[in-house]
Amino acid sequence: MNKHAKLAAFPYLLWMAVFIIVPLALIVVFAFTTTVTVDADGNILTAEEITEVQDAFYEEYGEDADIAELGLSEKTVFTLQNILDVSKYMNTLLNSIWLALIATVICLVLAYPVAYFISRLHFTKQKMMLMLAMLPMWMNFLLRTYAWMTILERNGLLNRLFALVGLGPFEMINTQGAVVLGMVYNYLPFMILPLYSVMTKIDSRTIEAAQDLGANRLTVIGRVVLPLSVPGISSGITMVFVPAVSTFIISRMLGGGTNMLIGDLIDLQFLGNAYNPNLGAAMSLVLMVFILLCMSITNSIDNEETEVSML
Amino acid sequence: MKKIFALLMLTVLLASLVPCVSAVESGWEIDYSDSVDWNKFRDQGVTLNVYNWGEYISVDDGEEGAFDVNAAFEELTGIDVVYSNFASNEELYAKLKMGGSQYDIIIPSDYMISRMINEGMLNKLNYDNIPNFAYTNPQFVNPDYDPTNEYSVPYLWGIVGIIYNTTLVDAEDDVHTWDILWNEKYANNILMFSNSRDTFGIALKRLGNSFNTTDEEAIRAAAQSLIEQKPIVQAYVMDEIFDKMIGGEAALAPYYAGDAITMMADNPDLAFAVPAGGTNVFVDAMCIPKTAKNQEAAELYINFMCETLVALKNAEYVGYATPHTEAFTYLDEETQTSVTYPDDEILAISEAYIALPDATTALLDGLWTDILSTGESSPWVTPVFIVVCLALTFAINAFKRQKKKKTNF
Repeated sequence: MNKHAKLAAFPYLLWMAVFIIVPLALIVVFAFTTTVTVDADGNILTAEEITEVQDAFYEEYGEDADIAELGLSEKTVFTLQNILDVSKYMNTLLNSIWLALIATVICLVLAYPVAYFISRLHFTKQKMMLMLAMLPMWMNFLLRTYAWMTILERNGLLNRLFALVGLGPFEMINTQGAVVLGMVYNYLPFMILPLYSVMTKIDSRTIEAAQDLGANRLTVIGRVVLPLSVPGISSGITMVFVPAVSTFIISRMLGGGTNMLIGDLIDLQFLGNAYNPNLGAAMSLVLMVFILLCMSITNSIDNEETEVSML
Repeated sequence: MKKIFALLMLTVLLASLVPCVSAVESGWEIDYSDSVDWNKFRDQGVTLNVYNWGEYISVDDGEEGAFDVNAAFEELTGIDVVYSNFASNEELYAKLKMGGSQYDIIIPSDYMISRMINEGMLNKLNYDNIPNFAYTNPQFVNPDYDPTNEYSVPYLWGIVGIIYNTTLVDAEDDVHTWDILWNEKYANNILMFSNSRDTFGIALKRLGNSFNTTDEEAIRAAAQSLIEQKPIVQAYVMDEIFDKMIGGEAALAPYYAGDAITMMADNPDLAFAVPAGGTNVFVDAMCIPKTAKNQEAAELYINFMCETLVALKNAEYVGYATPHTEAFTYLDEETQTSVTYPDDEILAISEAYIALPDATTALLDGLWTDILSTGESSPWVTPVFIVVCLALTFAINAFKRQKKKKTNF
């Protein structure tokens, strides 16, 4: 590595340290600590005890007395309770994982043929098609999801169309299906892009060679294109699954708030009514550990396949 | 109150169409009181950070008689206003609690004000700088949330009721009761608040308790009734209610009277009923947080908001009820007698929220999360889950390394 490259990378390394490493550490700290109220002697008080001593204090010194004189203070202590508390919401986490998985599979099934199709086009057409695939991303994420609300609603566009041919109305919004749809719609481009960028590097001559050697269409796809596109598949899965599993606004808008995802729960702990950053951090930590596992699984598939193809 | 999306659209529109919205173009005869020196901070480079609900102040929307409050204040005093929005009291609280953000004026609701007072997050106001406070309806002076009225100046108020679609709700059914929100006939046609305080409030009131009860059993009973209600609830919403009720997506929803008027204007099938068992009356009031940089300028802003003309414009634009006695008299009669200004009978059975003890808040928050998420399992599921995930990760990586070694040979 030369010195200049090191120097040029420095701004990002600094950025990484300040805005990635430190927040990660903060999440861990928050997840394993809690704020307790201690009295002057350092004894931890429960909520009832606090009310008790405060009432006693006011009774003794009158309503106008300064409560600060009581000597209560807040202290941060280590606890496992937050992590244990997350267990209550395990069903929500599993539900999020399940929905994100479905969305990822659908994205893969939809994106794979499209990416292959685009990669086989003429160069100028490729750029055009790619731009069309990216087009929805130009719109704000919120507006995109909001638009789906109007389409799926009971008196929405789709149901009105169905009504014209005498069908429906169907319950489409506020279901898990709507949430999955929202995920697929929002994250599909993230699947197409990595797939395309890998497939466009597959030399057409490789495919022709396979055909010359007597491979039929299925064999070409199964033995040549698929193994060569595995890196794209694994990064596509990561890029769709990870944001989908932690998404929060989609389920609120399309799921009606009755199909909560883990992202909503975390949001609730920080900006919602249930203000509890410690529990929220614990939830994020659990989610991060799970994502870590997913990444290593997809990575291992990646490595294995490239090794196989090298052999 | 929180029409984020309408606001979003509006901002985009305004930003693209009108590069510079000038202050008071609409030709308003401005006649401000001279009780304070409006020019005190002129040319001193003073900036005020105002943090308010979305769609909760009069702006120049291009309609006749439009009045941009912040622009008018900037013109009158030479103070720059940086205006930003929050979507819930809890968001405001979290922002202030986390630190790092600096606001000079905030406009939270009653119960949040008392919580902030209890936690020492607010500054006492110097009412000598806010002579216009005298216009405040005595009904709203020394409220429960600020018993000595040292910290807050009421901005707007309102009540919660049931907004319903007359074409979807049977005329025979009594809408003047919270029970109708539990009526299975309207399964999948009911919307509920997506904030715990309002939702629990309704459940508590329905079971004959106070909004501010600290009785654990009563709260658990309310939570149970909300879990029972969940299958017939179409969605838990805040801002989305506008689209859903106007579009006829749902039959019944509890919401704020001021917003109900807005919705009824867009869909004549909608009507508003106040439950006979009692409802919530809320007040949003202007406060100065401890982090404020310029207290006196902030008080000048609060005084400006209590100018009769400004209070009137805000009340007209937002549609909520004003506690300003003078401004009220200038409203048209239709508004004065509408559901926005309920009669004394309704007010008598209405109840305001006050801050709950920490233990009760924690209980409510926990139960609320439980209601929205489903099921329960052993507390050790998570630690086991984490350990298994980590172990698998290590195993996979170790396996890969092993394999690599082998292939290298």
